[in-house]
Amino acid sequence: MSLLEINNLNVYYGVIQALHDLSFHVDKGEVVALIGANGAGKTTTLHTITGLIKSESGTINYDGKEITHVPGHKIVSMGMAHVPEGRHVFANLTVYQNLKLGAYTRNDSKEIAETIEMVYQRFPRLKERRNQFAGTLSGGEQQMLAMGRALMSHPEIILMDEPSMGLSPIFVNEIFDIIKEVHKSGTTVLLVEQNAKKALSIADRAYVLETGKIVKEGIAADLLNDEDIRKAYLGE
Amino acid sequence: MSFLTYFINGLSLGSIYAIIALGYTMVYGIAKMLNFAHGDFIMVGCYVVFTVVSTMGLNPLVGIAASIVICTLLGIITEKVAYKPLRNAGSPLAVLITAIGVSYFLENAALLIFGADTKAFTSVIKWEGVILANGALKIQGVTIITIAISLVILAVLQTFIYKTKAGQAMLAVSEDKGAASLMGIDVNKTISLTFAIGSSLAAIAGVLMCSAYPSLTPYTGAMPGIKAFVAAVLGGIGSIPGAMIGGLILGIIEILGKTYVSSQLSDAIVFGILVIVLIVKPTGILGKNIQEKV
Repeated sequence: MSLLEINNLNVYYGVIQALHDLSFHVDKGEVVALIGANGAGKTTTLHTITGLIKSESGTINYDGKEITHVPGHKIVSMGMAHVPEGRHVFANLTVYQNLKLGAYTRNDSKEIAETIEMVYQRFPRLKERRNQFAGTLSGGEQQMLAMGRALMSHPEIILMDEPSMGLSPIFVNEIFDIIKEVHKSGTTVLLVEQNAKKALSIADRAYVLETGKIVKEGIAADLLNDEDIRKAYLGE
Repeated sequence: MSFLTYFINGLSLGSIYAIIALGYTMVYGIAKMLNFAHGDFIMVGCYVVFTVVSTMGLNPLVGIAASIVICTLLGIITEKVAYKPLRNAGSPLAVLITAIGVSYFLENAALLIFGADTKAFTSVIKWEGVILANGALKIQGVTIITIAISLVILAVLQTFIYKTKAGQAMLAVSEDKGAASLMGIDVNKTISLTFAIGSSLAAIAGVLMCSAYPSLTPYTGAMPGIKAFVAAVLGGIGSIPGAMIGGLILGIIEILGKTYVSSQLSDAIVFGILVIVLIVKPTGILGKNIQEKV
């Protein structure tokens, strides 16, 4: 059974339909990539899953339970964390306060302290800057903070929206290495990316989105060699 | 010595503005709306105390408690009924106009229930105060208590916001509602709590104000409400210490202006200073402006 299953999802912004009968699934332990151009509906898909946008019809099932109409703030305690596009760290709070908010739904302060240590180990730079305001961090560091904050809830699955956007190539590699590590430690990953090459190189499977519809799906390694994909998304 | 007396009176008036401004600034900071009915919550609180103490003859402490409870409920209900449905209306003007509507509604409801005549409010603070420097400096009890209460409120609020989970949730919602929701924070509940706290502060400010200036009409809250709004902007709207500083500065300027310049011009001086601050530092004294990185 899939960990996350989306069936016939339709989402509108006013009269404009953003997602058309979207269906896909993510199995436990996988890295699944959603790739596609600007405006294809990738971010909309993630926002609908975590309850930031309401769908018109269709269902979202997570871990055997239907979560289509569960309000957004209840999703994270079910084991799903979302790293939003553009990081959305709390700029006027410190790195430490941001991480603490990531554990908002948890209550055991000892376990929270342990998770913070774990995040600091994975992102030593965050430890160095723990008392700095998040708004003063560089883009790459903010991305690390957004990921660290998501990990604070001990998620079963983590949804990442454009983690490489606007970052220098060095940071892009670093961020993708971290995604691989997160996955290796047992977290399922749903990755939305415009950087298709990078995304396909670490994903198990992928879906290609075009104007709100899935136009192609398959094993990531196969898609990486697919003629059409290479032309449209890899710039070759 | 008389300067010192005026200065202390200014501090006391400023403390009242500060307590009202705290409510304004918290609601603005977290719900991102200006609750122009906030001043009228003060008036409602005063009428509750008046009814319980003067009409029903109960203990002033019962009156204060009733006033806090009723104002808190009023704040929560107003937010639910009038503001929440408009939160995603697209235009911030919709909520602003509604707030002005709520303000008129409360004033006219009070007019209907209590009439237009001025009620003499019996001070709930019986302490005469202290006389210092061989009688040259007399400080009234209500003055001392007002200043003390405002400092306690500031300390409690700062502790609440920085040390408790609910406070951190408020900070998160004030910065980014979407991200706050992703953390598992119930944004609606947090905004509701903010209104509850802001309105209970309005009740406290009302009791203190009517104890110092004991005349009560349905329009009692309007002008202090506007002044407190000015104080919040002066200090940097959204900032809690800013509201405190803005309130104190405003109170002191108002009293000193009344004494040494002209009692008719004191409001003009107050608003003039606001204009100057906004030109020099548009974010207010403690207003922050961290730019978003892409």
